[in-house]
Amino acid sequence: MGEFKVHRVRFFDYMPSAIRALAWCRHTQRVAVGRADGSVEIFNFSDNYFQEKVIPGRDGRTVEALCWAGPRLFSAGLDGEITEYDLENLRPRYSLEAYGGPVWTISCNSQETLLSAGFEDGTVKLFEILEGKVQFQRNLDRQKGRIVSLSWHPSGSQMAAGMMDMIRVFDAQTGHATHRLLVERGAGASKSQEVVVWSVVFLSNGTIISGDSAGKVQVWDSFTGTLLRTHLVTKWDVLVLSVSPDESSVIAGTSEGTVIQFQFVSSTVEQQEQQWVRTRTFKNHSHDVRALVHTDTAVVSGGVDTQLVVRPLLDKVEKNTQESALRKIIFPHRNLVSCAKKAGLLLFQFPDHLEVWRLGDSDGKGKAGDSLPLKRKPEKMIQLNRKGQDHICCSALSPCGGWLAYSTVSAVRLYRLQLNTNNISINKVSKLPKELQSVHQLCFSCDSSKLFASSSLSSVVVVGLSQLECKHLETLKHKSGSRQPVHLLCPSEDGKWLVTSNTDREVHVFNLHKMKLHCSVPVYGSCPTAVSVHPSGSSLVCVHADQQILEFSLKQKEYTEWSRTLQRLGLHPLWLQRDTPITTVTYDPRNPAHLALHDAFMFCIIDQTLPLPEAKTNLYNQQVLRSLPQDQRSRVSHAFKICKNFQNLLGVDLLEDHSLVVVERPLQDILTRLPAPVRCKKFAT
Amino acid sequence: MATLCEGYTLCGLTPAQNRLCSGIRGIVEERDSDHVIVTDSTRSVTLFKVSDQKPLGSWMVKQGQTLTCSAVYNTKTKEYIAVSDNKVIRIWKEDDVVLDKAFKATVSADVWVVHSAHGGDPVVLFQRGALRLLDSLLSAPQQPVEDVLAPDEAIRWSTSIVTETQQLLLFTSELKGEHFLYLHRLNPNSLQRYRLEREEPGLSPLRFSASYKNKHVCLLYLYPNGHVYRSSISVRGPAAEEGAEAPRLPRSLLLALPVGEELLEVASAIILDDAHVAVVGAPHPSAGPGKDFLCIWNTNFQTLQAAKEMAGKIYGQLWSFSNKLFAPHGNTLSVIPFECPKSSLASALGKLKQAKTEDSKLPVLVPSWNNILHGDKLQHPKTMETRKTRTQRRTQSTPSLTTDQVLELIKTAPAEEVQREVEELLSRQDLQDLQPSLGQIAVTLVSRSLAEPTFYCPDSLAQLVRTRCLCHSVCPDLLPLALEKKDYFLCQLCLQFFPDIPEAVTCACLKTFIGLPDVDAEKLNLEPESVSFMETIISTQQGQAGLQNGFSPTTCANEPSDASSVQQTKGRTEERARNPPEQICPIGVHKAALINEVLQTAYSDNFLLPHLKGLSSQHVILFLQYLQFLYLQYSQNAFPQKHSFRSPSLDQVMDWVCLLLDAHFTVLVMTPEAKGLLLKLQHFVKSQVKLFYELGKIEGSLQELKKTKLKEDVGQYSIEVIELF
Repeated sequence: MGEFKVHRVRFFDYMPSAIRALAWCRHTQRVAVGRADGSVEIFNFSDNYFQEKVIPGRDGRTVEALCWAGPRLFSAGLDGEITEYDLENLRPRYSLEAYGGPVWTISCNSQETLLSAGFEDGTVKLFEILEGKVQFQRNLDRQKGRIVSLSWHPSGSQMAAGMMDMIRVFDAQTGHATHRLLVERGAGASKSQEVVVWSVVFLSNGTIISGDSAGKVQVWDSFTGTLLRTHLVTKWDVLVLSVSPDESSVIAGTSEGTVIQFQFVSSTVEQQEQQWVRTRTFKNHSHDVRALVHTDTAVVSGGVDTQLVVRPLLDKVEKNTQESALRKIIFPHRNLVSCAKKAGLLLFQFPDHLEVWRLGDSDGKGKAGDSLPLKRKPEKMIQLNRKGQDHICCSALSPCGGWLAYSTVSAVRLYRLQLNTNNISINKVSKLPKELQSVHQLCFSCDSSKLFASSSLSSVVVVGLSQLECKHLETLKHKSGSRQPVHLLCPSEDGKWLVTSNTDREVHVFNLHKMKLHCSVPVYGSCPTAVSVHPSGSSLVCVHADQQILEFSLKQKEYTEWSRTLQRLGLHPLWLQRDTPITTVTYDPRNPAHLALHDAFMFCIIDQTLPLPEAKTNLYNQQVLRSLPQDQRSRVSHAFKICKNFQNLLGVDLLEDHSLVVVERPLQDILTRLPAPVRCKKFAT
Repeated sequence: MATLCEGYTLCGLTPAQNRLCSGIRGIVEERDSDHVIVTDSTRSVTLFKVSDQKPLGSWMVKQGQTLTCSAVYNTKTKEYIAVSDNKVIRIWKEDDVVLDKAFKATVSADVWVVHSAHGGDPVVLFQRGALRLLDSLLSAPQQPVEDVLAPDEAIRWSTSIVTETQQLLLFTSELKGEHFLYLHRLNPNSLQRYRLEREEPGLSPLRFSASYKNKHVCLLYLYPNGHVYRSSISVRGPAAEEGAEAPRLPRSLLLALPVGEELLEVASAIILDDAHVAVVGAPHPSAGPGKDFLCIWNTNFQTLQAAKEMAGKIYGQLWSFSNKLFAPHGNTLSVIPFECPKSSLASALGKLKQAKTEDSKLPVLVPSWNNILHGDKLQHPKTMETRKTRTQRRTQSTPSLTTDQVLELIKTAPAEEVQREVEELLSRQDLQDLQPSLGQIAVTLVSRSLAEPTFYCPDSLAQLVRTRCLCHSVCPDLLPLALEKKDYFLCQLCLQFFPDIPEAVTCACLKTFIGLPDVDAEKLNLEPESVSFMETIISTQQGQAGLQNGFSPTTCANEPSDASSVQQTKGRTEERARNPPEQICPIGVHKAALINEVLQTAYSDNFLLPHLKGLSSQHVILFLQYLQFLYLQYSQNAFPQKHSFRSPSLDQVMDWVCLLLDAHFTVLVMTPEAKGLLLKLQHFVKSQVKLFYELGKIEGSLQELKKTKLKEDVGQYSIEVIELF
């Protein structure tokens, strides 16, 4: 196969934002994740937990609560606004100033007709969910003290509100408070501090379960307003509760990073009467668990340590299957690194700025395993801070290194770069065609003469670039009728083809010479995570969230022979068990039979000329091959050449000089930048 | 290792007109080491509490007047004394607010300085060298003051020292490039003048420092070429005759500081203790040419012990009061606490197990490995110096008996007189000179004692042994004589101080000590330290037994204790009922103290083993029981081996157990009483083997830990080569 010179880059200071809210849509099997920087991510749990959509944040906006109403997603935050998101254009559809001060919580009734919000000033407001908008309906009785948490009774007739030192039960019809449940403060020094009821859950049998800042999970009877049971689960706060759809299990997230499960079971075998019993404790977080979702089969948790953890409940799923594996989603499922292959430049995308780095250089030669002496260190050429309050949603660097483009939800900006060693200049291109709007993906053509931007209604805007001007050439559309955003763009090396993919799992191929749709690849059941076109333009390869690899011939408009063989033989089980999606796939321009692809924990070169591995063969066989003499290697070698030397990968690219760029982000570096966790007593300390 | 602690600022310095002057005239200790009086070079005197970094009081003379010497504090009367405009002596108390209203007296000649050492009377030194007690001066302020110094001679430095009996004033003067030291004794007054040896032409000492110890004044002086000399002046020397040529003051080069190319201009060196000197203003040997360092040097090993860079200009002023250094630099006066623990090369190398307090008092003259390791360097200049000065000293010494006369006397005179004369001879300080004759004296004493059974003077012999100038090879009959005369105290001293006792004699001592009945031993008068060590051991053991309320440690309880094998303890039946026998010391305190001395002597196994075979089996068992007791005390109770005690170490105890078992194993196996003992000893060995086995296991895993830590650290960026197959 051969040796590669690898630029091992660890200076991308990518720092994910803390998770503040989670919302679970059972019908679509999607989880919305709200982060501290105001961004919202949509994960499709039915499609290998793939991160389908990212709605960028905005300065000053925090997502304190998320709520699905059918397919519609609402959020509220301490900026006092209720926002509905446009999931097709990946932007807030509208924001409604609710005039009640900061919003702590929102909740939707099970009929999905009313949205209730709890405010800092003690009011609970009801909003009617109408087509295309929400409309204020009325206020419930105003209380003293903020409303921190809300929960609708499944019937929609009552509502429980967690406040300071108490829980109120409201009648949703009259708007009057019917019960006042006093919550005991913590013992000792915290006696003088108000206890905050961080979370309430109203069950259909009239039981209210609350979690509070004194570390208690309490079970109440809403008919009599009495306390049934108290579980002291932590010395710190119980921050969040979530109930399973069948209401047989409740989970509580604490500041210690634990998730504690309670189940409604009879405590002894004969006893008929059931009660809430603490059953399991999961510790998958190092910091506060701020958000929880109890799906039918799993516990989904997120918090200050920025990781989304999916912990399947082993009594609900089949054991020792892929479904029962714990998943930690740390890195985004899209590329934040663009690489100018010809110029040896890297572009790092942060929410509020972009960095352009020139890679270092070495003239040394070495054997495999060596570290070469550096002739030139990598240097940061440009740091470009974004304008406005909206966070950057996508960015691109042209292969020649002469153009830089980025987009926020409000605007696209294009810059001309000059990066000589002693002369660095960056000039904004002032006049951009007005078609460049609502862009969620940007890409330059291989000869840097065109800019492709995915726009609304799954369309792609093509802009021609020249020194003098940049003008709108064409808007490419397809006729499938899908309105979902295009998340992948891939032009071909020869400039003839452009492949697009949207979150409706469609892959379209456009002929750029004729500026029209060439063909569409048959829709596969899983969302594409990476696409690439053969340098000769003869075929395209598409990798999906379920780890399938499909190659489609553009000439015959059918799957290629290799692809069919792969489907027939099936992929290796270990390949299918990987839990991070392939985020980049490229044909090696020197040897188009080689496909280079990577996920967060490995990169792989697939040699299409070699036999495919069977289920029983060793997939990760590089160690074995290394130990074998040259002539025996061919006997054991197979198409998948997987390198796991590099971990926590944010990007892998093949440069023009055939060297590799590997961008790593060690978890330790992220961990050190997190705030200190609450102190927990450890055994023997 | 001496250390300089983090310093702190006591006060800022008033910007001086002259860049070379720090603006501080002097710092003097007040009532205790935490209070100092700082006199600035113009008008004010400030009292500081050092630990609080806070001024407690300040006094100023009028505009136009200047303070011409550092203010001092008279601890007896609690008054402050200062001199303004050279002639006006001012005395005031702490609660006096305005200096001008305080007591003033004008004297007839210019005053150089007023000194008031702790415990002494204030003395006034005039610029022309005359000296007056302050009290007598104030009784007649206008009294005429004579000139002591030659017309062109000028005082450069002065200090006052209070000894046990006398008050001394030292000052140095310069006359045409020559430097003189004057030693003025008060009550009765006498003045002695020494000439300092010349350094390279044109160099005059930068700074003097004096300390007093063992009736000698130690004078330290620093030359601009970095040489630090030490001179030792006996306090007792007689006054020189009038008009005699000033004797040269012998000196020894203590330190040669690295100075680089240029000479030192403003630097200062002061004595901290026997082995340490603080130097400010000399360059750090490894930090380039900058001179702004405060260093502590060990003079024994010529090593730099601690250094600190001082910000700003160094003025070459340095004071030290009880573990604090005061150094003005830049615009501040800093206080730097320091520590000078006693150090030796041997302790640095881990060779010296116990720091012996006597070490510092007397130089060890018997050659030993320790001496060869680090003492020689020190000895050579000293002996050369003594040879040079011997003739001078001879002339100075009092008309007491010479060594030869004492030797003659020993041969004939009665014991009491011999004892007195030997004591007289030993009380003279120059033991270095006496060393060869001490051996002769000891040999003569011993041979006479051997010849005349009635003659024996134990005190003199003990005194001679205590000088540490003797060793066994010098006087081989001394220890056997002591054994014969049953002078066990002397035996103990010999065992303690002689480094070269033959194994045969050691063994003879051991045999005698073990055979000694406890009743007799209790009457002995031994070294209190060794006895108190044993008492501590036994008392902790009893205290513990009491504390544990009859509970005994499990290791002993597990063992079937064979109480019948223990025979020797008397009158302890009650205790024995509560404690297993090995928890009780099988021999008396005094006897144990003597045996401990034997345990600590040097020996080699091959030579000792044949002699050990001569011990009777009863003695061997008893000795083993005692060693077992010591072992248990050390290991089970984790007895803290106090370094102040002279005590055998655990290793020494184990070595002796092994030696005894080697020498007598067959006998012991055959002896029924020894059965239990041997079983227990085997148990110890087993437990030790087990312990080391476990430690070995841990070592393996710890080593693994080290290996795993060796993972290379990948930086922010690297270019690597990988190969795919």
